Amino acid sequence: MYIKPAVPFKGTKAQEIELKEFIDLEKSQPGALMPVLQKAQEIYGYLPIEVQGMVAEGLGISLSEVYGVATFYSQFSLNPKGEHRISVCLGTACYVKGADKILEGIEQRLGIKCGECTPDGVFSIDSCRCVGACGLAPVMMIDDDVYGRMTVDQIDDILKKYTVKRKK
Amino acid sequence: MLTIEELNKIREKTKNLVSMRNEGEENKSGYKYQVLVCGGTGCHSSGSQKVLDALHEEVASHQLEKDVKIVRTGCFGLCSLGPIMIVYPEGAFYARVTPESIHEIVEEHLVNGNMVKHLLYESTVCEDGTVKSLQETNFYKKQLRVALKNCGVIDPEDIEEYIATDGYQALAKVLTTMTPDDVIQTLLDSGLRGRGGGGFPTGRKWAFAKASDSDQKYVCCNADEGDPGAFMDRSILEGDPHTVLEAMAIAGYTIGASKGYIYVRAEYPVAVNRLNVAIAQAKEYGLLGDGIFGTDFSFDIELRLGAGAFVCGEETALMTSIEGNRGEPRPRPPFPAVKGLFGKPTILNNVETYANICKIILNGPEWFASMGTETSKGTKVFALGGKITNVGLVEVPMGTKLREIVEEIGGGVPNGKKFKAAQTGGPSGGCIPACHIDVPIDYDNLIKLGSMMGSGGLIVMDEDTCMVDIAKFFLEFTVDESCGKCTPCRIGTRRLYQFIEKITKGEGELEDLDKIKELCAHMQSTSLCALGQTTPNPVISTMRYFKDEYIAHVKDKTCPAGVCKNLMSYEIIPKLCKGCTLCAKNCPVDAISGSVKEPHKIDREKCIKCGLCMKNCKFGAIVKK
Repeated sequence: MYIKPAVPFKGTKAQEIELKEFIDLEKSQPGALMPVLQKAQEIYGYLPIEVQGMVAEGLGISLSEVYGVATFYSQFSLNPKGEHRISVCLGTACYVKGADKILEGIEQRLGIKCGECTPDGVFSIDSCRCVGACGLAPVMMIDDDVYGRMTVDQIDDILKKYTVKRKK
Repeated sequence: MLTIEELNKIREKTKNLVSMRNEGEENKSGYKYQVLVCGGTGCHSSGSQKVLDALHEEVASHQLEKDVKIVRTGCFGLCSLGPIMIVYPEGAFYARVTPESIHEIVEEHLVNGNMVKHLLYESTVCEDGTVKSLQETNFYKKQLRVALKNCGVIDPEDIEEYIATDGYQALAKVLTTMTPDDVIQTLLDSGLRGRGGGGFPTGRKWAFAKASDSDQKYVCCNADEGDPGAFMDRSILEGDPHTVLEAMAIAGYTIGASKGYIYVRAEYPVAVNRLNVAIAQAKEYGLLGDGIFGTDFSFDIELRLGAGAFVCGEETALMTSIEGNRGEPRPRPPFPAVKGLFGKPTILNNVETYANICKIILNGPEWFASMGTETSKGTKVFALGGKITNVGLVEVPMGTKLREIVEEIGGGVPNGKKFKAAQTGGPSGGCIPACHIDVPIDYDNLIKLGSMMGSGGLIVMDEDTCMVDIAKFFLEFTVDESCGKCTPCRIGTRRLYQFIEKITKGEGELEDLDKIKELCAHMQSTSLCALGQTTPNPVISTMRYFKDEYIAHVKDKTCPAGVCKNLMSYEIIPKLCKGCTLCAKNCPVDAISGSVKEPHKIDREKCIKCGLCMKNCKFGAIVKK
């Protein structure tokens, strides 16, 4: 069931033009919907219903078809993400080394569950499947920074780095 | 457009450059040293880019640019020691290199010519102070690198280095001297079987697609490596992308296709980037495009990014996804070789399968068939992970014993723990218990043991791993990843998960075990695709080998490995507790009470079983029960 996110859609005209240009470029390719949605998420950060509408119109397909694809793949998000995106790897290698405890620890400290965004919009937590850095298990990523060989007692210090950065 | 003569010229020109990196070969590169830094995802995550930057800076400040060549390669395999750096001609193997240590390495090694022994990987430094080459270490000694031949040897972003190692010679040979039937016969003779998991003979797959009549056919590469804990395909794409492109072009010529798609996970940004670079370079050199080598054969490759759906590793689902739809599988037959992508005949092979093709063409099928066992030829790449000392990528001949992989190459289970089982085949596979550690690993033996080759993830588990919990972990994964198209999988995965969860909570009953077996049998026989059909495997296999653990959970309400939270508790042994209060200070929920210098107590109601107290206790006074 579709639930409208609490954060209102704040897309700009420039973003819309960028998306439309990409759609016109890809339109004639067979199977263009996936690359277009990937581009749209790159532009907007997520795929709100407004953006899905633009994609449907641009490609000349129904909104339900777009929605079906957007909700099928875990990479596509219908909810906005935090300013800093935390993702904890729950691949086998990390799991065996206690990644679930890392996730739990972060959830506890931020007071939100996996998949949610803190009310101030600073952090969002996701779990992911194997980032391929199994040698460093357990692994967590914040934005593009990788933290390997994680332990629960490192969480506070790592999170602090991002809240401090913000205050500056 | 490149002619074969021009290709050979490039090879002659660049061959000397890479010659130094082969042991025992004379250095004709014109450089005094070549420094190879791993740029694979593992080392990249450990900061290899910063190491590279520091290296460039130091080399420049010592004016060594003419003597020292710096190369960013793909994965060397020993990911847990990253960032990794190798200096030739010595083959000195520096492990866990930091930007800070670069100064010393450049000054001592590259300027003064003395290896910095304290920064070398300790297994390469012998007791008498001499240094062993990498090939002599336990990790590499037993390996046989075919698919990974170029990984960690060449610069994946430089097509000329690939050409120097006989790159695109196989394509040239096929286009000018072989008919499509010759190629198929060569593959059949080699005995190559699909490396994606199923193990279907590659030659037969290609023969089916060739026999299908159509104006348009497609060649696809499955690089949607979704199996958690597996990273073989990623490493090949990152370390040697051209070998995949070349093999796909050979496939195109064989079946009569002019277009190829590589479906790669978006979660692999490094691999995607290297593929884009490689495709652009191949086009620039005329090795992809129209009229390759002046023949009338044309072939083009396009990348398609996956979007995080495990089921898209299933061949029909993958093609549905490339078509721009929800990645749901469709019933077979018709098989892709008859009716695949966009309704046209298609072959779909996995990355590692393609990585073997060019070598088979160049070295001959007999060479390939001489490796491996009776029914499984060649080598297999495994991603070794979990409770093992040397986490990384290994390639061994088929038929190598699990014991050799775990104990010799992998360096055994760390912290003096006991090997319990190894999981192969990921969520679709099963476990091999310690009692079968001497079985030679090949397709058929693994199936006999109730597991499967899968794509090559090999996760080692020790005595601290609860097998019921592992079964639950894989089910959680498949519940998430079931696409929902067919009922046995959509509902079956969830029901199965609920059963196992009930058991891990200590609420299981003995009759549940029979119900689980029945449900598993239904799912295996009625699910639409391999995902649903193989989902029960981890459950069936752990129940087969570790039935006593299930019984302990159900009957005695205990978790022998001390993992399942509801079935265990932390306790303080009063005799050993010195009353230092460290545990109480570390407890996040204030569940520990007691006065200074008096034995403390844990309030079981409050305890969330995070284990911080036990980790922090300096006297070993806290135990799991």
